[in-house]
Amino acid sequence: MIEIKGLHKYYGNHHVLKDINLDIGEPGIYAILGPNGSGKSTLLKSIIGLVNPRQGTISVNGISVAGTHAYRNEISYLPQIARFPDNLRVFELIRLIKEIRNEEADESELVNLFQVESDIRKRLRNLSGGTRQKVNMILGFLFDTPYLILDEPTISLDPVSLTKFRKIISEKKEQGKIIIYTTHIMNLVEELSDHIILLLEGRIIFKGGLKDIYGKTGSSSLENAISMLVDKNGK
Amino acid sequence: MRKFIKYSFVDLIQSYWTILYFVFFLVVTSTILYFSADMTKSIVSMMNIVLVLIPLVSIVFGAIYYYNSREFTELLLAQPVRRRSLILGQYSGLALSLSISFTAGITIPFILKGIFASEHLPDFLLILLAGIGLSFSMSAIAYATALKHENKILGFGISLFIWFFLAVLYDGLILILLILFKEYPTDSLAIVLTFLNPIDLSRVMIMLGLDIAALMGYTGALFLKFFGSFTGIAISVFSVLCWIAIPSFLMVRIANNKDF
Ligand SMILES: Nc1ncnc2c1ncn2[C@@H]1O[C@H](COP(=O)(O)OP(=O)(O)OP(=O)(O)O)[C@@H](O)[C@H]1O
Ligand SMILES: [Mg+2]
Repeated sequence: MIEIKGLHKYYGNHHVLKDINLDIGEPGIYAILGPNGSGKSTLLKSIIGLVNPRQGTISVNGISVAGTHAYRNEISYLPQIARFPDNLRVFELIRLIKEIRNEEADESELVNLFQVESDIRKRLRNLSGGTRQKVNMILGFLFDTPYLILDEPTISLDPVSLTKFRKIISEKKEQGKIIIYTTHIMNLVEELSDHIILLLEGRIIFKGGLKDIYGKTGSSSLENAISMLVDKNGK
Repeated sequence: MRKFIKYSFVDLIQSYWTILYFVFFLVVTSTILYFSADMTKSIVSMMNIVLVLIPLVSIVFGAIYYYNSREFTELLLAQPVRRRSLILGQYSGLALSLSISFTAGITIPFILKGIFASEHLPDFLLILLAGIGLSFSMSAIAYATALKHENKILGFGISLFIWFFLAVLYDGLILILLILFKEYPTDSLAIVLTFLNPIDLSRVMIMLGLDIAALMGYTGALFLKFFGSFTGIAISVFSVLCWIAIPSFLMVRIANNKDF
């Protein structure tokens, strides 16, 4: 259960998150949507503890997360931009993260699935952008955690890998996990999401299921529905 | 924290720049020892190189390392780890790798020159100590500055200015102050000002060990007069430790309040 109450975030004077209230308790897939700069990444980073809120509370499983770190054992996080140390090799990176988390995990299945066997001994600086994103994804899915927070996981993936990503997400959902992700690909959302949270300029302007968003806007395409909501709520 | 020290250390010790740094000290020390027959002169030359170069390199390395590992730090902080452990671990790994390159680079030639059998062993050890102290304190200053300033150019600029101020401007400023206030008793002022600069402190520490009045300089002579050489060295060491502890403390505070 992730509970966010009255969350405000500023970067300097820039008010980036405005009075965010969310209860994420039901297992399933949550899509956080919104235009560039609307605060999606900032919201995810607040949950994982990378940014400090100005006001409001975030709790995971009933415990406030401010200043603590143990709760991150329950969460896998995939950052929007993955940059790794240049000289490290892929398998060394995986080993390092396991060592830091103090947790055993078997990456071979994921390595197989994303077909990066031949890259596993390469240095990270020599990987293509897409392969790097696959490595990012392997790290994101490596540990068996009840929460997954994925910031634009599908960026620069080829269609084959995208299919595999869908498969993993659906499996995780069946296992009863909570998956929170951001994306700009609307048909992925239509296919994969149980809940939609729409952000605009740091405010939640819609939360609910797919049906609700169609019902509210009278539109049958998600892209249209989102545009309508954004236009209606924008200045 | 140990994991992060180990990781940063292993990462850095293999890097091209660390190896270059080691080779540099190896070559310079060998050259100085080879060309000068007088050990005291060699020690003084080494001291001057250590006092100028180590602060500069530590500042530059510290800033580069922080900014280069910026995004990876973000990924590591998303793991169940304490910010304090990660930041202090990274910094310690950095300071350790700088210290080891320097130590290995100057120790090998001195050993070949027979330093262990020489009466100058304590002087050599003091240079080593000063160099390690400066590596730790100056890279801590750079790390804290870089953490504070997300803007690379600004962070770099400020770090370099701190170096320039401590290594170049400071002595001139002290001199001007002492001349301006020459009617007043300024000895304690000079001592306090020396405490406030880790580079000056390291110089005084080595001078007190060498115990050559002619090289001592004004502040060195004052330290000797006030504390005697043993206490003087002990106090200098303690102050250098403060110069490591205070920036480290600031580093943790800045990191805890920072948005990654
Ligand atoms: N570290 C930071 N310092 C200052 N401002 C920031 C920082 N990170 C983000 N911002 C600003 O906060 C706002 C929200 O950024 P955020 O990254 O959360 O947007 P986003 O919804 O994830 O956008 P995108 O779809 O482009 O990923 C933007 O205006 C951005 O410029
Ligand atoms: Mg984003």
